[in-house]
Amino acid sequence: MINQICEKINARVLAGANQSHREVKGVYICDLLSWVMSHAKKDDVWITVMSHANVVAVASLLDLGCIIVPEDIQMDQDALIKAEEEGIPILSTSMNAYDIAVELNKLGLGK
Amino acid sequence: MDVMQYNFNVEKDDFDRAGEASSNIKKILRQLGIDAAIIRRIAIATYEAEINIVIHSLGGEIDLEVDPSSIKIIARDKGPGIANIELAMQAGYSTASDKVREMGFGAGMGLPNMKKCSDKFEVESELGKGTTISMIMFI
Ligand SMILES: Nc1ncnc2c1ncn2[C@@H]1O[C@H](COP(=O)(O)OP(=O)(O)OP(=O)(O)O)[C@@H](O)[C@H]1O
Ligand SMILES: [Mg+2]
Repeated sequence: MINQICEKINARVLAGANQSHREVKGVYICDLLSWVMSHAKKDDVWITVMSHANVVAVASLLDLGCIIVPEDIQMDQDALIKAEEEGIPILSTSMNAYDIAVELNKLGLGK
Repeated sequence: MDVMQYNFNVEKDDFDRAGEASSNIKKILRQLGIDAAIIRRIAIATYEAEINIVIHSLGGEIDLEVDPSSIKIIARDKGPGIANIELAMQAGYSTASDKVREMGFGAGMGLPNMKKCSDKFEVESELGKGTTISMIMFI
């Protein structure tokens, strides 16, 4: 599933490459962490421009499926290390959040 | 099952380790075989309490207590305390600095999230002394 997403949005895997067969279900887009905390669902793809390690903590606590960073935003090194430890895939693409969501919709996510 | 108790230290401004206590608590509850939906609520509530200690307080600690019928989380800090608890509880109210807002904190949703995730929720606070948040989830 993750590898299908990578192909569809032309993404690079920055962390959690060993999780490429993980199933994901929905899509959630928001950068306010406590908002995400109360609204994102298990196995969601989370699109966020936040690039620090706490993003990984949120994803891990909520059992999110993966993190996608849009528009080639650089992730902090310690976020990548933490994602590797926690087994959270992080994907990076040049597409913006809207275009990513459109492509994920075509893959049947969130339906 | 006996009553089990654990304690986690939470440092102020330590964004690198913020979330570690919550993550450890989640792992413990998983090992104890607690229901996934309850673990999720506790993970959310504990994370919000932990982040508030990191961002808004001078440092503190989180206690986890598991007994056969409930899970209790107590987040305690050393100050500065909350002047108006009713106001702080309002969704959207935040005194977070620009610096932490840039990191995605400061939606003013942390305390409402904790309340929503708990079966029993209590905030006690005294200016200059500190804040204690007690949350109970029945299992
Ligand atoms: N432990 C604490 N010590 C002192 N003040 C606190 C503490 N916890 C919360 N507050 C005060 O209550 C306000 C609301 O807290 P709440 O967690 O709901 O939102 P926030 O932390 O500002 O933003 P968010 O949690 O959405 O990132 C805070 O902005 C702060 O003024
Ligand atoms: Mg908060």
